[in-house]
Amino acid sequence: MSPIDSPLRWRYLHEVLTKPGPFSDEDWIPGPETISALESSKVLVIGAGGLGCEILKNLALSGFKDIHVIDMDTIDISNLNRQFLFRHSDIGKPKAEVAAAFVERRVKGVSITPFVGKIQDKDEDYYMQFKIIVCGLDSIEARRWINATLIGMVDPEDPESLKPLIDGGTEGFKGQARVILPTLSSCIECQLDMHAPRPAVPLCTIATIPRQPQHCIEWAHQIAWQEHRKDDAFDSDDMEHIGWVYNEAHERAKQFNIHGVTFQMTQGVVKNIIPAIASTNAVIAAATTSEALKIATSCNPYLENYMMYAGEEGVYTYTFEAEKKSDCPVCGNLARKMTVNPKMTLEEFIETIGERPEAQLKKPSLRTEEKTLYQRFPPQLEEQTRANLKRSIRELVDDGEEIAVSDPAYTIDFRYRLIFS
Amino acid sequence: MLKIWSMKQKQQQAENAEGAAGKKKKKVTAAQLRVQRDLQELTLGSTMKMTFPNPDDILNFTLTIEPDEGLYKGGAFHFSFNVNQNFPHDPPKVKCTQKIYHPNIDLEGNVCLNILREDWKPVLNLNAVIVGMQFLFLEPNASDPLNKEAADDLRQNRDAFKRNVRTSMAGGTVRGVQFERVMK
Repeated sequence: MSPIDSPLRWRYLHEVLTKPGPFSDEDWIPGPETISALESSKVLVIGAGGLGCEILKNLALSGFKDIHVIDMDTIDISNLNRQFLFRHSDIGKPKAEVAAAFVERRVKGVSITPFVGKIQDKDEDYYMQFKIIVCGLDSIEARRWINATLIGMVDPEDPESLKPLIDGGTEGFKGQARVILPTLSSCIECQLDMHAPRPAVPLCTIATIPRQPQHCIEWAHQIAWQEHRKDDAFDSDDMEHIGWVYNEAHERAKQFNIHGVTFQMTQGVVKNIIPAIASTNAVIAAATTSEALKIATSCNPYLENYMMYAGEEGVYTYTFEAEKKSDCPVCGNLARKMTVNPKMTLEEFIETIGERPEAQLKKPSLRTEEKTLYQRFPPQLEEQTRANLKRSIRELVDDGEEIAVSDPAYTIDFRYRLIFS
Repeated sequence: MLKIWSMKQKQQQAENAEGAAGKKKKKVTAAQLRVQRDLQELTLGSTMKMTFPNPDDILNFTLTIEPDEGLYKGGAFHFSFNVNQNFPHDPPKVKCTQKIYHPNIDLEGNVCLNILREDWKPVLNLNAVIVGMQFLFLEPNASDPLNKEAADDLRQNRDAFKRNVRTSMAGGTVRGVQFERVMK
């Protein structure tokens, strides 16, 4: 018998999946059904970097059999200290492909499907095929995108359309793991205010009286580049560009008698790099993977809903339930359905929404994603959109399209999905 | 998973009828919605005008300031506003599209206004930015210079600075730099 088929291989995992534990739900049925639920769960991992490598390895070793991974990046030499699925000979190759092939080779019986590209390249049909989505991302922008997409996918008629999102994030010695049940629990957008923005240095300090080597680098990056190389788009991965910025910053530092501008620091400042710590990634990836295991099998209660980890002074973790924001622009205030006669003019339509009890809008401005339907202020825009008032709804909006309405009389905005009668 | 779904069903029953169904279409983004609201709440006054090259794209527009008092009276100053999808978490990007002589605006058009960078907060709105911009023309500020020469002039000799402003606004040359004519 090869080790793959050995009953010993998943012994400890099956221990958890075949016997109820002190915290498992009363209705939960342990046994083969649970095991097959796990093995048939298709999971998507977004990001194959520091967290992604750990997450892929953990998921495969937790018994998931069908894993997909998306990453748009290629491997850089500076990744090799912690992104352990990559070797020196892999430099320049796409992360998703190399990571997938490595884990498939090491963990027999798992299938990992890579996609090299942006998450925005994929549509709802693609995301619909997964049961759970695990994120190991480094950008807020990508998180907001996937969050909004998953929330937009929830169809109240279809249980399969609700995709739990497990989000991991690390920065130096700090990290967080959170479970988001789109439309049910607090979402990434609800929690956006918790991110402290990076302190920005006033442009005038940079321009006139730099005090730190970083100020000189910012100056070279933002001001000197504009002056001398305006027509070159700055590319933080282009060594010649970094070198140029470094030289300029170095010269400026000399003038102001500031020490410490190095090539590495230049790279760090212009690429916004915060050093990544391998063990922080390991802790956070472990947390996200066990949430995936618990959600896929129901064997134990999942995280509700935010776990923070701080490792810079000893070890500290804290778990709390982040609340949904009632005025969240993504998950609060979801579009209501409104049936309209498409032959009606926009002006007539505005009158009818003025009569709706929940709105009673007096001076609404309206738009779709594509078009400004009518904007009351500033006057220039009012003039430019006034002609729309006489046009029919059918000319301006598609059947099923969403419109957003705001009115100075209300602090919240309204979204309606227009269904043609 | 089943448990999660039954939670959703309960939520759905509670709000029923209101639920949004139907085929998915593109949604108005959070940034667009916020700009729509901000625009509506602007107080522009007679010294400011906005132009929208594409009225359907409210995230990109131009603001023209025509000060009716102060050193820059009689000029028309154009600023491009670019609001990204991260607004209001990111501030709008504002640039002067003309080459002007001003202590807080450099020759490339970068503007030194605290709320456009280090002091930006999502609770601020476009009106706050526009008020701040207007203030720069009423009270140029020598302590936060972006154009160091102009700031020195302002600090050392206000009358000379005043003359330089007039010369530059007429399209003349100040300290070897030729400026753009910005008179109305």
